[in-house]
Amino acid sequence: MAHQDSEQLWQLQQVGFKYGAASVLQGLDLQLEKGCCYGVLGPNGSGKTTFLDLLCGLLVPETGTITLCGRLLADWNHRQLARKVALVPQDFVVRFGFTVREVVEMGRHPHLGRFAGLDSRDHELVDVVMEELGIAVFGDRPVTRLSGGEKQRVAVARALAQDPEVLLLDEATSNLDIFHSLSILATIRSRIREQGLTVVAALHDLNLATFFCDRLIFLKNGRLVCQGPIDEVLRAEIIHEVYGVEAEVRQDEFSGCRQVSFRASGTES
Amino acid sequence: MAARPGFSFATGIVLLVLLLASMVLAATMGYMKVPAAEVLQVVLEQITGSDRGLDPVTVAVVADVRLPRILAAVLVGGVLALCGTVFQAILLNPLADPYTLGISSGAAFGASLVIVLQVFGLALPPALSIPVFAFIGSVGTLLAVLALASGDRRLSSTSLILSGVIVAAILSAAIGFLKFLADEQVGIIIFWLMGSLSGVSWQNLSLLLPVALAGFAVCLLYGRELNIMATGERAAATLGVNTVRLRWILLLVCSLMTAVCVSVSGIIGFVGLIVPHLLRHLIGPDNRWLIGLSFLGGGLLLLFADTLTRAVLPAEVPIGVLTALIGGPFFCFIFKKRQQDGTSGL
Repeated sequence: MAHQDSEQLWQLQQVGFKYGAASVLQGLDLQLEKGCCYGVLGPNGSGKTTFLDLLCGLLVPETGTITLCGRLLADWNHRQLARKVALVPQDFVVRFGFTVREVVEMGRHPHLGRFAGLDSRDHELVDVVMEELGIAVFGDRPVTRLSGGEKQRVAVARALAQDPEVLLLDEATSNLDIFHSLSILATIRSRIREQGLTVVAALHDLNLATFFCDRLIFLKNGRLVCQGPIDEVLRAEIIHEVYGVEAEVRQDEFSGCRQVSFRASGTES
Repeated sequence: MAARPGFSFATGIVLLVLLLASMVLAATMGYMKVPAAEVLQVVLEQITGSDRGLDPVTVAVVADVRLPRILAAVLVGGVLALCGTVFQAILLNPLADPYTLGISSGAAFGASLVIVLQVFGLALPPALSIPVFAFIGSVGTLLAVLALASGDRRLSSTSLILSGVIVAAILSAAIGFLKFLADEQVGIIIFWLMGSLSGVSWQNLSLLLPVALAGFAVCLLYGRELNIMATGERAAATLGVNTVRLRWILLLVCSLMTAVCVSVSGIIGFVGLIVPHLLRHLIGPDNRWLIGLSFLGGGLLLLFADTLTRAVLPAEVPIGVLTALIGGPFFCFIFKKRQQDGTSGL
């Protein structure tokens, strides 16, 4: 298997986190490797967003340790971390009328000195990602005037302009139509293939996850249920355990990957 | 917009020229008319120290009375507009400014307290203790407003402004009580509440000028970070912005600048709201430009208002009253327009 000889990025040991008295994550042991695309799956409130926030240092674990490239995550400074890891949030809200291009250019921030402007290489990088995500045509429009889907593509473009080694997606495509979801995910996939980008994506749609990811991580009530390659862990009994729904998993010839169909629990027998 | 930086630069030059010209013009106006050429000669004489054989009365009026007041108007206006820009950017809220957040009231409370303590025989040196107490009052108010609004995690317009109003209402009652205690000294407290630049001396400027320039420089350092803050705290943090540190540094610096302004001029409202709004309309939301231009624009606006009350109106109206009379309706206009647009286009 490809991931066996690849480099290790994160190592989580017995990681736990609480909001007030409510425990959100507990006893998480996990390793994430370079060049792989992970799908983080689980019902609402299972701790997916908290998990991503812990990976990018927005939250600090209450128990256990997280290391990135062999170094404690707490020892990374903000800018170093931003050059390595980018996050695409679920709802990307911009309060003032910056243009699409201005927002994408912000992605270069961790690479620039305090008073340095963008050089020709920065501009080229920004042009390329805007073209790839199909937002170059409205580059001069204020982001406050865009639709939700357009805004989300700007958020992905900015994260890619950050030129990170790892991209964290927090349900980044859940507000998009199927065409734009697939095209964004395909753009990201090609970066995984060509540039060895690593992706950790919290997703709601199981069938989109099978199309997009190499490995799945199932969370429920803040605990790791199981993780592994899609072929091993995407099984009806695991889906039942995690989501509490009846499901059937089969190899789909049309999409060329495993697909899941569901049955509402009231209709069985 | 590709044309934005060029246009912003041109706007900056226009504002700077207008400001310098207005400063000279304002110095010619007043009870005694002084020609512009003589004003320039007085300035030159003050800088070089050479004696140009000017009328000593003219020199006294221009150099000791008008110039400090004009400089104070420009600096106070500039600082208030700058603070408005920065507050709006870090709190992601186009209605935030030192006045609407109650910070000016907090500073006035601190300043009034010094006067009342004097009445009760606790004489502190006013030149230092008034700015210090004003600073403590303004930071305390800021913390109270933020704590009150923090139940709403997104710090929305409504909860912030509402918190500002509540805290300001409590402070105004507290100031009322101080007025009651102050007895015969009540006139000085009323001065702080209405705002005025009459009686500004070079001694006031020796504190105001360095604080304004240093604060301005600090804000300029963080222009790009402020832009990134507009995309939300979580997104900004993953772009390498230390959002917590940025917030604290800028909130404290702006509170300090506001406090020094209040200790010189009393409460002057709405400058910090109007100027950033107009400029954002004109040149867009890029804080790297807005910080500098709002300083110039705020200085110009307050100089205009102060010259109006000093030299044009038949009797001197407190400048805080004047800016509130102009700014209040403007605030209503923005509020109405935002309702009609459905979103904040600004």
